[in-house]
Amino acid sequence: MSERLMEKLSILADAAKYDVSCSSSGSSRKNENKGLGDAKGVGICHAYTEDGRCVSLLKILLTNHCIFDCAYCVSRKSNDVKRAAFTVQEVVDLTINFYRRNYIEGLFLSSGIFKNADYTMERLVRIAKKLRQEHNFHGYIHLKAIPGASDELLKEAGLFADRLSVNIEMPTEQSLRLLAPDKNRKDMIAPMKYLKGAIEENREDKKIFKKAPLFAPAGQSTQMVIGATPENDRQILWMANQFYDKMKLKRVYYSGYVPVSNDNRLPAIGTPVPMIRENRLYQADWLLRFYGFEVDEIVNEENPLLEMDIDPKLSWALRNLQLFPLDINKADLSLIMRIPGIGVSSAKKIVAARKFSKLTWDHLKKFGIAVNRARNFVTCQSDVFNRRDWLPSQIKDKILQAGKSKYSPNFSPQLKLF
Amino acid sequence: MVTVIYDGTFEGFLTAVFEVYEYKFSSVNITTKERFQQNVFNNHHESLFNEEKAARVWKGLTAKISAAALSQLYKAFLSEETGMEDILLKYIQYAFAKKQTIESDYSNAAVLTVIQTAKKVYREKHRMEAFIRFQLTGDGLFYAVCQPDFNVLPLIEKHFKSRYADQRWLIYDSKRKYGIYYDRFKVETVQLSFDEKTNNGKNIQIMLDEKELLYQQLWQQYFKSVNIVARKNTKLHIQHMPKRYWKFLPEKQSDAFR
Repeated sequence: MSERLMEKLSILADAAKYDVSCSSSGSSRKNENKGLGDAKGVGICHAYTEDGRCVSLLKILLTNHCIFDCAYCVSRKSNDVKRAAFTVQEVVDLTINFYRRNYIEGLFLSSGIFKNADYTMERLVRIAKKLRQEHNFHGYIHLKAIPGASDELLKEAGLFADRLSVNIEMPTEQSLRLLAPDKNRKDMIAPMKYLKGAIEENREDKKIFKKAPLFAPAGQSTQMVIGATPENDRQILWMANQFYDKMKLKRVYYSGYVPVSNDNRLPAIGTPVPMIRENRLYQADWLLRFYGFEVDEIVNEENPLLEMDIDPKLSWALRNLQLFPLDINKADLSLIMRIPGIGVSSAKKIVAARKFSKLTWDHLKKFGIAVNRARNFVTCQSDVFNRRDWLPSQIKDKILQAGKSKYSPNFSPQLKLF
Repeated sequence: MVTVIYDGTFEGFLTAVFEVYEYKFSSVNITTKERFQQNVFNNHHESLFNEEKAARVWKGLTAKISAAALSQLYKAFLSEETGMEDILLKYIQYAFAKKQTIESDYSNAAVLTVIQTAKKVYREKHRMEAFIRFQLTGDGLFYAVCQPDFNVLPLIEKHFKSRYADQRWLIYDSKRKYGIYYDRFKVETVQLSFDEKTNNGKNIQIMLDEKELLYQQLWQQYFKSVNIVARKNTKLHIQHMPKRYWKFLPEKQSDAFR
C-alpha cells in the first residue's frame, strides 16, 4: 500500500516538475475558525532541490495519462513512460500531512488530460473543494486551468484556489501548431480572459462587500518553454508584456527547455538547458514589472536578442550613454533605478539618505550597490570619481574584467580541461 | 569609561539605556553579565531591570520613530551580536537628539548597522519559518528542534500560531535551551527536561506516531523526484539551504545512505 503510494508520488512529482511556477505569495487567505493553514503574506520556500530551485508547494499531477501528444512534454501520449493516477483522498492526505509538518505552503495541482477538458478540470476542483470544505484548509492552492474547460468549472476553481494558471506553452502560435498539434491557442486564451474578468469583478465586489468570497486572490500566471523553438527574445518578451498588460497576469514564467525527446522537431537529448538565457529573460521581466522599463527599451528591432554576457539593464545603459552620468544626490528615484548595479531597494535608500547628508562612494558601498557596474554611470560627493569618455565597448570590457560573473566560464575562450 | 551591566533581556537593556541618561554617563558601553569581563581600569555600574524605566524609554522612542523602526531595534537586539548594545544606544541617543525622525538616515553608521542587522535577523526568522520540520509524536504533539543563528523564537511565534491553530506544537531551540509551546489556545515559553529513555531527547524515534516515518519517507521521495538532474546546481542549492540546517531536515537525511 505505502509502496504503491511512494511509486505514484515519484512518477507524478517527476512529471510535474517541468512546470516552473512555485510561488506561494500574494494571497490574502487567512486562517479562520481555528482551521489549518494560513496563506496570507509572503511566500515561503521550504526547501531547495539540488538544481537550486525552490520547493514551496507539493507540485504533482493528478495523473500523467494524457490524450494529447505534445512533443516537448514528458507525459505525451506516445512516450513510453510509467503511468499512474492519484485518488482524490491520496492527494488530500499528502497535502494535509506535508503541510502539518511544515514541509510545504500548499498544493500545486496539475494533470494530464484524460477523456476531455471538463472531466479533468472537474477532478482538480473536487480536490480543492474537499481541502477547503472538509478539512478547513487555508493553505495555498494553485490549480491548473485546463484549456477548454467550461466557465462554470473555472468559476468554481477560482472560489477554492489562490492562484490559477493556463500555460501558453510556446511563445508563438506557429510553434504551438508545430509541436502540440492537438492544442490550439484560442482554447488557452479563453480561460485566461474569463479569469481576468472574474478576478476583476471579484475585486470590485470586495470593495463594496467586505465579506464577498475570495476569488483567486493571488491572481493568475502562465509559462512558456524557451529554447525549444526558434523565437527570439524580442518575440518572447513582447508576448510576456502583452500578458502583463492585457491579461493582468501576476507572473509569466520562462522554462528553459529540458530535452526529453528524440523528436527531430526539438533540440536533441543532451543539449544543455538554456539556463543563462532563462536568467536574462527573468532579469528583463523584472525590469518590465518593477523598474518602469518599456519592452522596446530592452529589446527592439535593432537588438532583438538579450546579451548573454551582461544583464539587460547594463545593456540598455550602454546603448544610452547620453543619459549618464547621473548625480546620485539629485536624480529622480525613477532614474536612479535605471542605473546598472543599483536595485530598487538601494535606490530607495539613496533617495531617503540624501535628505540627511550628501552621499559619497563610501555610503553607496555600504548600502550594498554593485560599485563595479554603477561607477561608470554616476557622480556623487567624492573626488575620486574618474569617469572619462569611454566608449560603450570599453565600459563593458572594464566591467567584465573587474567582475566575476557566475557565467564567465561559459564565455571564456580558454578551454578548461580539468 | 563606564560599563553598564544588564541581565540580557530586552527590557533590561532598555532599563540600562534609561540609567545611562539618569546617571549622565558620557563614555559608556553596555553589556550582559555573562559577557562582562572585570577590568581594573574600568568602572562598572550594575543596572537592575525596572519596568517603569524600560517603559519610559520605549514610550519616548515611540514618539520619535515609527513602529517599523521600533521593530528593527528589537530585531537587531535579538541578534545577540557582541557590541550590538552600544550600537543600539548610539541609535537611541541619535533618535532622542534629533527633532525629525532619523530612522531612514542610512548615512549614519549606527542607523545603517541596526537596519542591516535587523535584516539579517529577519532572514533567519524567515529561514526558521521555512526549515522548521515537525515530527508527530504518539500523543499528538508536533515537535521540532532548531538551532537558529539568532534568537528568533520570539519572532516566529505568531506565524506558527496562526498557521497551526488546530494542532499542539513545540519548537525547541537547543542552542539557547528553551522552547515555545502551543496548546491550541496560547503560546508559552518552556524549558524542557529530557528523559533518559530518549537519550536526552536525541533519540525520539521511539516516541513517534506510527505514520511519522512514512510521511518522512514520502517527503524524501518527493524531494528527490522534483529535482531536474540536467539543471544540477550545487552552489545555488547550498547557498539557499546552508549545510548547518541540514541535520534538522528529513529531506537531507537520506543522503547519508546513498
